[in-house]
Amino acid sequence: MTSFAENSFGEDEKSSSGILLAEGQLDTRHGPILYLENVSVSFDGFKALNELSLYIDAGELRCLIGPNGAGKTTLMDVITGKTRPDTGSVFFGQTIDLLKMDEPAIAQAGICRKFQKPSVFDALTVFENLELALKADKRTWPTLFNRLNGEQRDRINQIIETIGLGAHHQLRAGILSHGQKQWLEIGMLLMQEPKVMLVDEPIAGMTHQEIERTAELLLSLQGQHSIVVVEHDMEFVRSIASKVTVLHEGSVLTEGTMDEVQNDPRVIQVYLGG
Amino acid sequence: MKLTGLGHDKTATMVLVALAAVTFIIPFCNLALPADSPMHFSAYTVSLLGKYLTFALLGLSLDLVWGYCGILALGHGAFFALGGYAMGMYLMRQIGTRGVYGDPLLPDFMVFLNWKELPWYWLGFDHFWFALLMVVLVPGVLAFVFGWLAFRSRVTGVYLSIITQALTYALLLAFFRNEMGFGGNNGLTDFKELLGFNIQSEAVRAMLLMMSGITLMTAFLVCRWLVNTKLGRVVTAIRDQESRVRFLGYRVEMFKLWIFVFAAMLAGVAGALYVPQVGIINPSEFSPLNSLEIVIWVAMGGRGTLYGAIIGAVLVNYSKTVLTGLMPEIWLFSLGAVFVIVTVLLPDGIVGLLRRRLQEQHS
Repeated sequence: MTSFAENSFGEDEKSSSGILLAEGQLDTRHGPILYLENVSVSFDGFKALNELSLYIDAGELRCLIGPNGAGKTTLMDVITGKTRPDTGSVFFGQTIDLLKMDEPAIAQAGICRKFQKPSVFDALTVFENLELALKADKRTWPTLFNRLNGEQRDRINQIIETIGLGAHHQLRAGILSHGQKQWLEIGMLLMQEPKVMLVDEPIAGMTHQEIERTAELLLSLQGQHSIVVVEHDMEFVRSIASKVTVLHEGSVLTEGTMDEVQNDPRVIQVYLGG
Repeated sequence: MKLTGLGHDKTATMVLVALAAVTFIIPFCNLALPADSPMHFSAYTVSLLGKYLTFALLGLSLDLVWGYCGILALGHGAFFALGGYAMGMYLMRQIGTRGVYGDPLLPDFMVFLNWKELPWYWLGFDHFWFALLMVVLVPGVLAFVFGWLAFRSRVTGVYLSIITQALTYALLLAFFRNEMGFGGNNGLTDFKELLGFNIQSEAVRAMLLMMSGITLMTAFLVCRWLVNTKLGRVVTAIRDQESRVRFLGYRVEMFKLWIFVFAAMLAGVAGALYVPQVGIINPSEFSPLNSLEIVIWVAMGGRGTLYGAIIGAVLVNYSKTVLTGLMPEIWLFSLGAVFVIVTVLLPDGIVGLLRRRLQEQHS
């Protein structure tokens, strides 16, 4: 991804309205690719996010941990446009206001998401699942007349190898194992050539070997993509994260390396309920 | 190995061959063979089969919306009826001075209501091409407006089903009113000519059967092409995981909208072919019950296969003809029973049952 370095002088007005989304307009000169500032979300009086501020750097691999109800999934909902915050601002780079965009626009801008529960299209084959995710013109008419070219086919096959489903590319996704579905969904993220990948509980239901390979995969992707991983498995988090953010009751409790975080008395208190 | 494809093409081909046989052989046997020949088909049979084929087209269009896109539309009959009314208006204007009142311009019911001139929305319907345009345009525009509002507001599931039902019910009530200018309760009937030919003649009836068959086969092939494009796969994906599709960057509401509009147009064409064959169109075609019946055809045949809808529509309507002839009072009960049995025991309909048999043979 070369586009991180490209700037958007004089384009601020247009891109801040979130209309022009071509590559190169993403402005990450100051480091962060995602800016969340003072974001609050409440559901029927329950504050899912409470004045949360968080910055994710371009090319970074960040892990989010926190007890149940800390607001991890709500945070992803806010970034991807599923939930509108009551207050606060969410920017993609310095100029693109995500709060003015809906889910498809945010996805096309390059923020892609893997859901907690693996969400693949059961009726379609592995290949077709990836084909739908492929970065392309996603309006109705071009989709109707879309035909894969050789390059795109190669790209799909390459991703199929990356996610280890080479032997299964003609199988319906519905009959894959839980772990394979997780990988297929990660593959669908990669097909979109995302700038930011939000990965919610990637190793749930995976065997020990699969977990190791997932860790390798995520580590190999950092640098090219900014990745935010939500995970409960501390061992897994330790194996991939250089920086960990702990959420508690809708705001950031602390940030740092895994060791720093695990030795933080506040974190220990939150987790052990002390 | 693509399990979904097993036996798919074979069945589709068989259905096409059967349709071609009905379309071309039956009219021939009706027109060319003498009435006492054992291979002769009566005009009654010809009309009946023609009617079934239009129902099959209607079922096919609902399968696109429900079976592939997952929108359980319970008001699909409204588009069928609108297409039928557009054709009926053309046929009314062909009557000319041969009506009871002999008015050269106004249909009988307007003379009866003491109307002095033709309402503006009846203008143009004396031209066949204009009527054909309206047959697709009126259902298409209504589906577009309705779909635009509903899908953009992300109304889904049972709520959407209920408002589609409300839509057809509202139209039913509106078309009942004499002031609407569509013949009120009685609807449009007493047709004389279609394109200058006597609509009661055997030759025209045979032609209508052929036209219905050809249209159905064409629509079937077009729909099959459509569901095998990338758009078809996106639509299937919407059925199974709507929000996931949105997070892939597709505008789900636009995909739903265009499928809905296309299906409404097909339903309109089905209605236009139906009306000259049964000789009447009245507000009862808007009845919610009719729309529910379409759902039963598709469910029984097997949704999400296209040919299942055709098989289901023909079978259910054939049973309806037989049963309402023998014991009219039990028809609705048996229809209800069929629906319960299909829902509980045959979630993939008749086609699903056949496919399972095929798979067992293979393994």
